[in-house]
Amino acid sequence: MNDMLRIDNLHKRFGDLTVLAGIDMRVAAGETVVLLGSSGCGKSTLLRCINFMETPSAGRIYLHGRLVGEQRNGGMRYRERELCKLRTRIGMVFQHFNLFPHMTVLQNIMEGQVTVLKRGASEAANKAREQLARVGLSDKASEYPARLSGGQKQRVAIARALAMDPDIMLFDEVTSALDPELVGEVLKTMRQLTEEGMTMVVVTHELGFAYHVANRVLFLDQGVILEQGEPQQVLKQPATQRMREFLDGHSLFKLPD
Amino acid sequence: MNHAWDFAAILANWQVLWVGLQGTLTVFAATVTLGLGGGLLVGVCRYAKMPLLRLPSMAFVEVFRNTPVLVQIIWFYYAFPILTGVEVNPFLAATLGISLNTMAFSAEIYRAGIQSIEPGQWEAGKALGMAYQQTLRRIILPVALKRVLPALTNRGIEVFKMSTLASVVAYIETLNQAKLIADLNFNPIESYTTVALIFFVVLYPVVQGTYILERMLRKSE
Ligand SMILES: Nc1ncnc2c1ncn2[C@@H]1O[C@H](COP(=O)(O)OP(=O)(O)OP(=O)(O)O)[C@@H](O)[C@H]1O
Ligand SMILES: [Mg+2]
Repeated sequence: MNDMLRIDNLHKRFGDLTVLAGIDMRVAAGETVVLLGSSGCGKSTLLRCINFMETPSAGRIYLHGRLVGEQRNGGMRYRERELCKLRTRIGMVFQHFNLFPHMTVLQNIMEGQVTVLKRGASEAANKAREQLARVGLSDKASEYPARLSGGQKQRVAIARALAMDPDIMLFDEVTSALDPELVGEVLKTMRQLTEEGMTMVVVTHELGFAYHVANRVLFLDQGVILEQGEPQQVLKQPATQRMREFLDGHSLFKLPD
Repeated sequence: MNHAWDFAAILANWQVLWVGLQGTLTVFAATVTLGLGGGLLVGVCRYAKMPLLRLPSMAFVEVFRNTPVLVQIIWFYYAFPILTGVEVNPFLAATLGISLNTMAFSAEIYRAGIQSIEPGQWEAGKALGMAYQQTLRRIILPVALKRVLPALTNRGIEVFKMSTLASVVAYIETLNQAKLIADLNFNPIESYTTVALIFFVVLYPVVQGTYILERMLRKSE
């Protein structure tokens, strides 16, 4: 049992709208899983349930084999303190970077370490520099976010999440807001993380990344995981009609033979 | 209308005005601190999700935003002691009236500032494991305050000028002292012109200073 993340029968409703209708999913330590699905199918919602930015309507989530929350008369109860702690172990990177504009790059990467993990300033600064080097932006430490390109911002955001030493990283369409020529540098950083053995759940429309980097691809459709498997399998020989239609919509992407 | 301007009586009584200005500055210091400081608290509560915080702060804002300061000062001076048996001196009445009103107005400024921050900033803080107050204090407020600084400056100027309302309960401040001089020397024109001048001379450099501060803050982005 070396699942880093295990999700059992996860449901999420917004009022009358059921977005997730029973998700079962496991992510092994060191695995990179790509989550595919058409727009509005609930990919972000699923990611946000994993770090409890959204509270699941039902279901269980285990991190490192430990159940998050407590069981109370059939349902789950979550304490904000526990969730805050949990989130420090789950890194999240957003489509729109969400860097803190009033802080330098270095301060951005130090913030969570100092405020949440209570690391000392010099330890946090060292760690921040380490992570900046990892994403190839050592020379930008004292720059403000406004002066970075989109690709650089996103790599800083990745460094900010990594500095917390997370067990798992969540990426929500992190290249969707970038100019096409800047997508590559971010994907390269993510690929490098995969190779270093980081556990990752990645929502993306970059099928090339899914094909070449992912260990596994999941296809989310109508609230459930309709299809999953190795990328070569799922992307080239989809088993379901829905998946075939989804892939046809991405005709710009040419899979290598 | 041929008025022969004569400031001799004013100059002879400069100490009277000086005492008044000290009173003005005292009431200003108290009201601007309480008003803008307390307003931040009310504004944050106004934005809170918990009804226990949001509803009372909302009621507070509506009550004090929609009643005249002058009436509040008079009410605290004459009505409050009768209702509670607590003695209220002119300084306290004026400070309460002006501060509460300023809290109500500045609370709305702070709230608008907090609301202007992109939701992604809250999310980023939360995703790092920060608690609500930590995100508010470290991420949201620094940027929000910077954005509302011009509006707060305006409020501050307003507060300074509102201090003259304290004269209604005979608090010793600039306008009240000028009235004293005017009544004794029959020179209302010179007396009240001097009051206007004093306010201008104090405010103008301060306002210029805040412009410079705003420009410096903008550059740091
Ligand atoms: N806070 C919310 N309140 C109500 N409805 C929501 C909320 N968040 C998401 N939804 C709805 O849930 C559904 C799934 O949204 P979600 O953002 O998870 O989709 P997605 O797969 O990430 O889409 P996209 O590819 O456009 O990012 C949508 O219909 C959306 O309108
Ligand atoms: Mg999404």
